[in-house]
Amino acid sequence: MNRLQTLFKEKKDPILSIYFTAGYPDLNSTLDIAEALEKAGADFLEIGFPYSDPVADGPVIQNSSQKALENGMTLNLLFEQLRDLRKRVSIPVLLMGYVNPVLQYGVENFCHAAAEAGIDGVIVPDLPMYEYEELYRNCFEQHQLSNIFLVTPQTVEDRIRKIDDLSNGFIYLLSSSATTGKNLAVSTDTESYFARIKAMKLKNPTMIGFGISDKESFNKAAQYTRGAIVGSAFMKLLGAPDYLSRIPKFIQSLKN
Amino acid sequence: MSYHVNEKGYYGNFGGAYIPEMLYPNVEELRSKYLKIIHEPDFKQEFELLLKDYVGRPSPLYLAHRLSERYGAKIFLKREDLNHTGAHKINNTIGQILLAQRLGKKRIIAETGAGQHGVATATVCALKGLECVVYMGEVDIERQAPNVARMKMMGATVIPATSGSKTLKDATNEAMRDWINNPVDTHYIIGSVVGPHPYPDMVARFQSIISEETRWQLKEKTGTESADYVLACVGGGSNAVGMFYHFLEDEQVKLIAVEAAGKGVHSGKSAATTALGREGVLHGSRSILMQTNDGQVVEPYSISAGLDYPGIGPQHAHLHTIKRAQYVNITDDEALKAGLLLAQLEGIIPAIESAHALAYLEKMKFKGETVVVCLSGRGDKDLATYMNYFGLG
Repeated sequence: MNRLQTLFKEKKDPILSIYFTAGYPDLNSTLDIAEALEKAGADFLEIGFPYSDPVADGPVIQNSSQKALENGMTLNLLFEQLRDLRKRVSIPVLLMGYVNPVLQYGVENFCHAAAEAGIDGVIVPDLPMYEYEELYRNCFEQHQLSNIFLVTPQTVEDRIRKIDDLSNGFIYLLSSSATTGKNLAVSTDTESYFARIKAMKLKNPTMIGFGISDKESFNKAAQYTRGAIVGSAFMKLLGAPDYLSRIPKFIQSLKN
Repeated sequence: MSYHVNEKGYYGNFGGAYIPEMLYPNVEELRSKYLKIIHEPDFKQEFELLLKDYVGRPSPLYLAHRLSERYGAKIFLKREDLNHTGAHKINNTIGQILLAQRLGKKRIIAETGAGQHGVATATVCALKGLECVVYMGEVDIERQAPNVARMKMMGATVIPATSGSKTLKDATNEAMRDWINNPVDTHYIIGSVVGPHPYPDMVARFQSIISEETRWQLKEKTGTESADYVLACVGGGSNAVGMFYHFLEDEQVKLIAVEAAGKGVHSGKSAATTALGREGVLHGSRSILMQTNDGQVVEPYSISAGLDYPGIGPQHAHLHTIKRAQYVNITDDEALKAGLLLAQLEGIIPAIESAHALAYLEKMKFKGETVVVCLSGRGDKDLATYMNYFGLG
């Protein structure tokens, strides 16, 4: 059992995950941010490796990705930075990014480097289920990496069941079909979607992401799932010069 | 050896549908229905009628006498430039708009580089009374102003793509983001043989009319439906796939795909994808693309907005890998000179895209062979570029 699976097994309270792009705003801030987030009370982290063409992302994460690439972030450098990850951070950590950098790094090499660094899971939104099963699954499982799939309000039940079968961490529910960074507009439609998923009694826990930005949307998510993921709202905070000192307050504003 | 897509959506190692879950329902709907719909008699009838009466097909296959004389070959031009809206792009947009209607879609989005696909999309949306939104790179909006005006006049909304290199790649990203945010009533008319399966196959089928006609036209004019060489330019590669399609199994025909070398393959300002690229994933399919060692997509360059793209369609990547087609490249300068030559020898001003294919004739040696060049579009949109380059203003 990896750290992520243990967290979902043991934690009773709503779970808060924070996403941030490695290399933004400063090239070498990755572990400082991760450590500050753990201290402030985040339950697990998603560290984004930047890509030049992030089609699933809205302007905030597009900009942070571009800035990170300009700063010189690469997967190679990220894995170098992550060598000290487990000396400084004990909560589960996932890597998130698009498939092409993984492909160029080499799938085997990527899994190996991730496991070596103490990574617990991977989210690659544009890696299709068929390719995952055929080419990636063995490698991920050998290295104890949970692969996280996305589900949207338009995902049909059969496919959700299939995703549930292939998952071994949690399932990432998108609040709506949207690029990242839009505010969650809770309507009767979204509520009935969350309720529909809850009623399916999936084997895997679920988390809600995309559009979670404050206590209200976090609490709403936690009513239906194990918790929520905050990305763009946190990336905006990283735009401030004294970002590290602002992290505790930000986490408190979501959790309590 | 198969040249076409398999049941998993692959051409050899290339293709697939590398898309986030948000796009899956739309792409899956298309995948599960496109073949059935395009084979329905009612679809075929409407498609053929529009190609004939609205587009003006069949497009002529013209024996270019003076050009033939110059090169010592029998050179035929497949005149896609004479189609309504001035390029081959309309073959595909007619097909896709009819498909979108049958899927019950109310809103159409598209990306465009040179603006030809944007115009062809705005045209069919006006024809069918559907809302039309076209994403176009900010740089391309500037260099292709006449096409922007045409789209607007036909009622389309043109949205500038301001990220990255502000060209075709970025316009495609924006269109994909729009589709993610509008998952129910919108159809995305991709303009080339790129994107997730089934797009490369679907667009190839709609463009295959180019080679279907060419074969019977050759038979009429030369007594045989075959040729020695078939040439076309490649950005994403839709006119080339359409031009090659019915020649693929005719193994004696040498297929030549001409990429844009920009200021030179190794100048750092180029869009010669097969020369500079490696296997990778962009815009939903696995293909060959220009990228860094870290897998970041490299900004391409070509004077021709329609060829200014860092990838090629997966079928091209396959044809390149198995060597069924030869991939070569032509610089900005060579293309512009070939454009001027055609204007002065034949009275035809080609799009700078198509001029890349013509320019390759200069590098070949002939002994009376039969050659077909796809004249994919007309050069009206490029007049300012030609005038500036040759100081004709």
